[in-house]
Amino acid sequence: MATQHSRSAARLMMAPAVVLLLGWMLVPLTMTLYFSFKKYLPLRGGDLGWVGFDNYVRFVTSSAFWPSVLTTLTIVGGVLAITVILGILLAVLLNQPMWGQGVVRILVIAPFFVMPTVSALVWKNMFMDPNYGLLAYLWEFFGAEPVQWLSQASLTSIIMIVSWQWLPFATLILLTAIQSLDSEQLEAAEMDGAPSTKRFAFITLPHLGRAITVVILIQTIFLLSIFAEIFVTTGGAFGTKTLTYLIFQRVLESQNVGLGSAGGVYAIILANIVAIFLMRIVGKNLDA
Amino acid sequence: MARTVTQKRKIINTAAAWSVGLLIFFPILWTILTSFKTEAQAIADPPLFLGFDWTLENYAAVMERSNYGRFLWNSIVIAGGSTILGIIIAVPAAWSMAFVPSKRTKDILLWMLSTKMLPAVGVLYPIYLLFIRLGILDTKIGLVIVLMLINLPIIVWMLYTYFKEIPGEILEAARMDGATLKEEVLYVLTPMAIPGIASTLLLNVILAWNEAFWTLNLTAAKAAPLTAFIASYSSPEGLFYAKLSAASTMAIAPILILGWFSQKQLVSGLTFGAVK
Repeated sequence: MATQHSRSAARLMMAPAVVLLLGWMLVPLTMTLYFSFKKYLPLRGGDLGWVGFDNYVRFVTSSAFWPSVLTTLTIVGGVLAITVILGILLAVLLNQPMWGQGVVRILVIAPFFVMPTVSALVWKNMFMDPNYGLLAYLWEFFGAEPVQWLSQASLTSIIMIVSWQWLPFATLILLTAIQSLDSEQLEAAEMDGAPSTKRFAFITLPHLGRAITVVILIQTIFLLSIFAEIFVTTGGAFGTKTLTYLIFQRVLESQNVGLGSAGGVYAIILANIVAIFLMRIVGKNLDA
Repeated sequence: MARTVTQKRKIINTAAAWSVGLLIFFPILWTILTSFKTEAQAIADPPLFLGFDWTLENYAAVMERSNYGRFLWNSIVIAGGSTILGIIIAVPAAWSMAFVPSKRTKDILLWMLSTKMLPAVGVLYPIYLLFIRLGILDTKIGLVIVLMLINLPIIVWMLYTYFKEIPGEILEAARMDGATLKEEVLYVLTPMAIPGIASTLLLNVILAWNEAFWTLNLTAAKAAPLTAFIASYSSPEGLFYAKLSAASTMAIAPILILGWFSQKQLVSGLTFGAVK
């Protein structure tokens, strides 16, 4: 068993990581809370005193707030639906016997490693540009009028770009989970005459339940704060202003720190609600 | 009979999987192809797939015009530096949590994970302000620190997962033989932990390389890495498709290759061991 000596040594070894993270969490958070109760305009007078819950009320009642929440939820929901459904289908497909499975896996996983600014720009210019984009050629080829993707179908476009980035992640996690499925169970069901759709619905899908939950929660955390994809494509125009982007604009573009900080507190609360569920699942896994 | 059916199914599976795989990979392939075209060929109607004159002029132009080397160097320093610093801090912590667990170990691990869930935008201004006060806005060291901190929970978790798989009996045996803590770490643990540390390093370099919130918001001219370099193409410059493609290819190539090596670690790293 661990001695008293090794226990205190262990505590000492943990200290740097714990202290740093504690500081990283508490210092900015305290500052955000502090600013959120102030009228604070760095370029127009600086600290103009305490205003109570004014910023919180103003942030929620501004005309941009509810649309931004709706935009955020639409993007998160749309990307989740696409990546989870396509991810399951792809994982099942990739799990079948085939030639060159390793190469296909490499092809499928590749978009995840492309930095967000690159994928957003490549999609914006080379695919979604209404004049020279590849999708415009495709539409014209079939005699259709090219779509003004990022202005007329802006949310759909963003969802497409982000889904392309996250589909590999969902597929890889779900594939890993499928591969841990006991094949004897499937074989037994097949012998008993269960058709493949039923084997999928009653054996594979329930087995994937936990992996699907993990995919949804982790992606939600990242998707709630997507930034670069909007920054380089629409800059928040055409109804693509998410909560993250709205706060970014309040803080850095209009330099209204108090108002932006109140928005930040809302974003933190939103993320924490998701986080609690994720922690439960991960925590359970620690005991197992 | 049964064999031919399986063979036929295998052919169908292969065809389907390859088609989907190529479709998903296509934007990257198209970018790489376009980077070798001239600007006129890049927007040719109909689009050119392979029948064009391959040229390296875009790469030369990008290198010359926008000081690509400096952005690349910033990316290497920021991604590499933050990862190495993070590992130096995380190894002792993960080691002690894996081998000298206490009642609170699980809570500490979960708490660390929870800091990762703090939305960056919620603390944007405080960090911005602190950076100005400390004089580290638009410096590499500032970004090394921030990226180290945002990835530290993942690094600790990954190392913890790997260390926990090292059998404790080996350490006990070393202890019985009179090994000191230092010897135990240096001669017993380190050799066994190296593969895990390497995977952690790889995944975190990728995450830091692609990080595009802090790198865009905390840098201007001096410390901007490749994420910001590419973002500068969102101006009308982006209409030069061949050059945009060359710049994009140069920004993603190193990390794409690293990523392919570390796809397995991606699962354990990003799901914090919740999916195996």
